[in-house]
Amino acid sequence: MSAPHIEVSGLTVAVGDVPIVSDISFAVQRGEVLALIGESGSGKSTTALALMGWCRHGGRIAAGEIRVGGMVIEGKSEEALSAIRGRHIAYIAQSAAAAFNPSRRIMAQVIEPAIIHRIMTREEAEAKAVDLFRALALPTPETIGDRYPHQVSGGQLQRLMAAMALITDPELVILDEPTTALDVTTQVEVLKCFKAALAQCNHGRGATAIYVSHDLAVVAQMADRIAVLLKGRLVEEGPAEQILTAPRDAYTQVLVNAPRPVPAAPVGDDGAPVLSVRALTAGYGRVVDGMPQIPVLRDVAFDLPPGGALGIIGESGSGKSTLARVIAGLLPAAQGEVLLNGSALPPRLEDRSLDQFRTVQLVFQNADTALNPAHSVRRILARPLQHYHGLTGAAADRRVAELLDLTRLPAEVIDRPVTKLSGGQKQRVNLARALAAEPKVLLCDEVTSALDTVVGAAILSLIEDLRRDLGLATVFISHDIHAVSAVCEKVLVLYGGTPVELATRAAFNGPRHHPYTSLLQSSLPTMDRAWLDTTRPPILRGFRVEGLCPFQPRCADAVPGLCDAVPAPLREGDGMRWLCHHSPSIKEPA
Amino acid sequence: MSGASTGKASLWPLLTRRVGSALLTLLLVSMVIFGIAGLLPGDAAQEALGQSATPEQVAALRHEMGLDQPAPVRYAHWLSGMVQGDAGQSLVAGMPVGAIIAERLPNTLMLAGMTAVLAVPLALAMGITAAIRRGTWIDRAINLASLSMVALPEFLVATVGVLIFSVKLMWLPSIAMVSAEASWSDTLRSCALPILSLTVVVVAQMARMTRAAIADQLDRPYVEMARLKGASLSRVVLGHVLPNCLGPIVNAMALSLSYLMGGAIIVETIFNFPGLASLMVNAVTSRDMPLLQACAMIFCSAYLLLMLVADMVALLANPRLRAQ
Repeated sequence: MSAPHIEVSGLTVAVGDVPIVSDISFAVQRGEVLALIGESGSGKSTTALALMGWCRHGGRIAAGEIRVGGMVIEGKSEEALSAIRGRHIAYIAQSAAAAFNPSRRIMAQVIEPAIIHRIMTREEAEAKAVDLFRALALPTPETIGDRYPHQVSGGQLQRLMAAMALITDPELVILDEPTTALDVTTQVEVLKCFKAALAQCNHGRGATAIYVSHDLAVVAQMADRIAVLLKGRLVEEGPAEQILTAPRDAYTQVLVNAPRPVPAAPVGDDGAPVLSVRALTAGYGRVVDGMPQIPVLRDVAFDLPPGGALGIIGESGSGKSTLARVIAGLLPAAQGEVLLNGSALPPRLEDRSLDQFRTVQLVFQNADTALNPAHSVRRILARPLQHYHGLTGAAADRRVAELLDLTRLPAEVIDRPVTKLSGGQKQRVNLARALAAEPKVLLCDEVTSALDTVVGAAILSLIEDLRRDLGLATVFISHDIHAVSAVCEKVLVLYGGTPVELATRAAFNGPRHHPYTSLLQSSLPTMDRAWLDTTRPPILRGFRVEGLCPFQPRCADAVPGLCDAVPAPLREGDGMRWLCHHSPSIKEPA
Repeated sequence: MSGASTGKASLWPLLTRRVGSALLTLLLVSMVIFGIAGLLPGDAAQEALGQSATPEQVAALRHEMGLDQPAPVRYAHWLSGMVQGDAGQSLVAGMPVGAIIAERLPNTLMLAGMTAVLAVPLALAMGITAAIRRGTWIDRAINLASLSMVALPEFLVATVGVLIFSVKLMWLPSIAMVSAEASWSDTLRSCALPILSLTVVVVAQMARMTRAAIADQLDRPYVEMARLKGASLSRVVLGHVLPNCLGPIVNAMALSLSYLMGGAIIVETIFNFPGLASLMVNAVTSRDMPLLQACAMIFCSAYLLLMLVADMVALLANPRLRAQ
């Protein structure tokens, strides 16, 4: 075997005297893909970016050696590094939406590396870009470059960024969580494109790649070797096969046997529903004849018993968060109603009473933005106590302490500003703030999606316990199908604002599904390394037609002449209700 | 449907709407100006005849000047004249207001233009340098310099300028002589001190806004992405960052530059510069309402025009806004 393409030894990156990563060593052969895996803050991006001589937040390469194809990276001047960046080593960032300049056309940005490094004329570069767009399966490859970043979808933008990286035929490509911001269904498509494009890169010889991710299942599809990072240190590195099947390190073992929430026993499923949603239609813009200008939700209905949990899943833009906003009163519905203990809630926030406010509490996705960074934990929790219950002084202090205890936060955080807490602690404070009102209904909007798997699982089990102990009815909005199906007794699947399936947990975990739910479930990467290659590529034909099945253009099981002609019927039975021409009891899903 | 075509299609209605609202603003301003002018104690007849005039004499002159007519009639008369481009007759000089302004306006435009030519690039350079070198001593030095510029009253700047350049060094004249016959270089030399003084006044605000706008963008992921494509810092700032903060920067510049029209009064007075602002002040003291109103309308139009241009530039620079 020839000398390794990339050799890193003893790498330490530090901000001031504080090391962010220390003593990292690994080697990658030419054409191999090495995955750097770990949780947020483990130093995986820092390590990957150090290969380009780039340190964020005033960091510097404090020690160690980095060799890429014989080039020495550490200690090089900015000018020398600029000559390598984008030419020999290319970078694909996590969020293409943020990494593209919003005010310049896509084509100008895609060919910029080739122009900066003067390896092609503008015409040659544009021709090559169009070839890459075609290879990456982008629609209208000839003209998509004339658009601005906000005019294409997230999955397309991510592939356009790959084209930007590959335009100079780099020998090393660094992919930094390139699919984390995407829906699972889009992720499949993008991963397939990336895999094919990387193999074609570097004049057909295949590029060496560093793939940074927190998702071991995704990494299993992409990587030849895996390096596991924990708190800035390399805990294990080896061939992907070995790491996935026979991990040696204890931490890797935890990652591989991913902490899945244990299915909870159903809580009192009977009794009158505490929350009912009836024929709800809502959206944005002016409402004409009960239909908003931009409808987001159509005809949504469900019941939630006291202590029950309903999961709502769907891709981004499916109306999940809008549903929470309608129930909370932030967005008045155009049609239909929300019933609380059998009586209708006023659609508008202004018309609701203090007690109705108190009863329905919303927990926002991002605790960083939902909590006032200038306030201490005590102040954040004392405010709802005073507002809803008139508690002040010692009584309020006692209750704040109880809430901290309830959410398993150490008592000493009470006077800390929220900015000094960890991500998981912030989310607990966020939860405690909602609980301070003593609600009957808790709306959890993607409460774990900003958190690492282990931390997220802890928050989930906390909500689970609270639900049982306090009899809270919980609406659980998430794109994490595993979590939802473990925690919730009922699952509502939204597609483009339309409920396509409402199933009990038993039915949801069973084999029969609406074709969209099947697509969602089959799009979840597994640890099986052949998964990506055997997964069906997504379909898209035509556009959604008003009145017909909304999922029809993407449905693999659509029946021509039926699904594109006749509105889908609502079927019921076997613990599920779904909107499809196929009957739940006839067809085995593919 | 491409972005460019939708952008162009929707720009014109927007422009028409903005021009329409600017005209409406001008109409409202004209009422306010007329109203305030009417509140001033005394009038042109009283001023012209002085303290010793008998009430009969004053009344006769008022009648002659048309000041005895009711205010709404005078307003309507004045407005219809303005719409047709006739600003009326100066009550004091006895000449058409248009002719008096035509003599002064080029001077003011020249002073404002030259100051802008000097101040805008200077402010951009200061702002960009400070933003790129955030947190270094260069940033602090520029920050300190621009803060002191904001804090210093312009009469002090002008006076110190005169003391140094005219009195001590004797390089530049302390009085700005502007005439049609003078050569360009003479004009430039005689206006150098007023231009410098005004530059000091307006550059600080622009530089600070530029720094803030650019510094805000420098932390964005697309800047890091551009650097990782191998782009040099200057390419990133000029090619990527500037287009994204053109809106706020141009707005700040328009605000500062609008000051150069009417706000130059102190500098005009110190250097005896024959500009519009001093003309307007004279019109106030002599209660020459047609002249006062015309000057005020010019300042207001200039302000609205600058704001309109700034908004259009911001719109053109941002494809999202453009496509709306």
